[in-house]
Amino acid sequence: MSSTHLIKGKTGEWEVVIGLEVHAQVTSKAKLFSGAATAFGAEPNTQVSLIDAAMPGMLPVINGWCVEQAVKTGLGLNAQVNLHSVFDRKNYFYADLPAGYQISQYLQPIVGKGELLLDLADGKSRTVGITRLHLEMDAGKSLHDQHPSQTYIDLNRSGVALMEIVSEPDMRTAEEAGAYVRKLRSILRYLGTCDGNMEEGSLRCDCNVSVRRPGQPYGTRTETKNVNSVRFVMAAIEHEARRQIEVLESGGTIRQETRLFDPNSGTTRAMRGKEHAHDYRYFPDPDLLPLELSEDEVARIKATLPELPDDKKKRFIEQHKLSAFDAGILVSERASADFFEAVVTGDGKLGDGKTGRDAKLAANWVINDLFGRLNAAGKDITASPVTAGQLGRLIGLIQDGTISGRIAKDVFEIMFETGKDPLKIVEEKGLRQVSDTGALEAAIDEILGANVEKVAEYRAGKDKLLGFFVGQVMKKTGGKANPGVLNELLKKKLAP
Amino acid sequence: MALDRDTVRNIATLARIRVEDNELDALAGELSNILTFVEQLNEVDTKGVEPMTSVVAMQLPRRPDEVTDGNIQNKILANAPEGTRGFFAVPKVVE
Repeated sequence: MSSTHLIKGKTGEWEVVIGLEVHAQVTSKAKLFSGAATAFGAEPNTQVSLIDAAMPGMLPVINGWCVEQAVKTGLGLNAQVNLHSVFDRKNYFYADLPAGYQISQYLQPIVGKGELLLDLADGKSRTVGITRLHLEMDAGKSLHDQHPSQTYIDLNRSGVALMEIVSEPDMRTAEEAGAYVRKLRSILRYLGTCDGNMEEGSLRCDCNVSVRRPGQPYGTRTETKNVNSVRFVMAAIEHEARRQIEVLESGGTIRQETRLFDPNSGTTRAMRGKEHAHDYRYFPDPDLLPLELSEDEVARIKATLPELPDDKKKRFIEQHKLSAFDAGILVSERASADFFEAVVTGDGKLGDGKTGRDAKLAANWVINDLFGRLNAAGKDITASPVTAGQLGRLIGLIQDGTISGRIAKDVFEIMFETGKDPLKIVEEKGLRQVSDTGALEAAIDEILGANVEKVAEYRAGKDKLLGFFVGQVMKKTGGKANPGVLNELLKKKLAP
Repeated sequence: MALDRDTVRNIATLARIRVEDNELDALAGELSNILTFVEQLNEVDTKGVEPMTSVVAMQLPRRPDEVTDGNIQNKILANAPEGTRGFFAVPKVVE
């Protein structure tokens, strides 16, 4: 690794060491150990069973779907799936944890070591180790700001299935950590095992950060909890690294502690003293037998894996001859990748019968024109007013010479506004490109006749005037002249 | 195994049980006795024996991913000392 990742302090250079723990909510209808619903935004305490409220005598029964999603995610991370895993109780007292313990997995998680490929800004990639993935239940939600002396508790989240995905301390910059969260979210969305919605808390990140002199052993780390956006993850790490360097350089020591990120100030602060907070006294949950999986079951789940971003990117580069950069943008969201491929192959409806569209051209249109326009309109690709079939047909019209690339931009704008089909717009507005040499020659003759002096100048060697003539003819034809044909005809006519 | 006063105090704190200083010695004695009694199990040679997780040979049962429970806000809050607008209301916990 280059030394560019080092942070320069007052007394020399420091290396930042980052490991992330991501809590990803399993996409499921019901909770991990009860039949209560998981939908976001319900009335408080309406999606709570007596199990989630930890009423005495209630017994947990595991949701088989959630188990499969954890296995699927493990396979998507090229990780070891453990056929035998164990649920433990993690004991701590907090108002939103009614049982006084969280059911989690400790020594024997369902998924072991795996890896994740980071796509970095400079086009390079780097592998980050995954330590483990385990299943656990979420706690309830505390609202501290509703009453001056009370905290309100909503147990709707209590018992919702989470996958805690722990990375190795393999990252060295805030950018790498950001790339890790983005890539993990992308894979989870491809797999459909977590919706990756950070605003609604479906994906939360704990950042473990320490600093050290290059080549020295790891320093003491702090853990900044529940950071809920990629931007905040990067800001929290950046701030925490600089804070630790400052403490160490002024002769202090780092305490191993839990910290909170304040998005308003962009800083982290220590959580109030919980000296016993880390004494969780894990032990196997006597209410739950070990979770046993068969090889067959894992193989059956493996067979349902979709093409994942890394493979898709590789295929786009090979099959569609895209640049790594363009392919990377297109595959980051499955919806974008699917849209692009539908543009290239056509949707088979209202077909102009054309296949084999120029993939590079399609990529440019999707990335530059469509994404740009969607961005400006604040829309998601799934809400695009222009369908993949329509954009494909527009590109077909450019490829077969019906319209010029320039006119296509105008047609696209109308498509975006009205949702109309490109051919219809071209017909209605009379935007068909003029490639007919007779019609073009007439227009050229007219322009040359009106600019006799300029024609003489051109023939005397002022080549640059060609652009002027092209412009004039374009203007005359309303931009519809086929540029290739026009250039050729003009040069012929202007020849001395 | 003998527990000292500090360990007993720590256990009490973790369990959120108030224990006065003058009770520590007696509790330390009682807890130590319990541990010593259980430690007799160490005399059994368990080398190569798998830990037993159940007295019946069965697998962890799984439920389908179906919503079968919930919408019992009244029951959930019935035993709460205080509830407001559908929430449990507890003394302020500030982090």
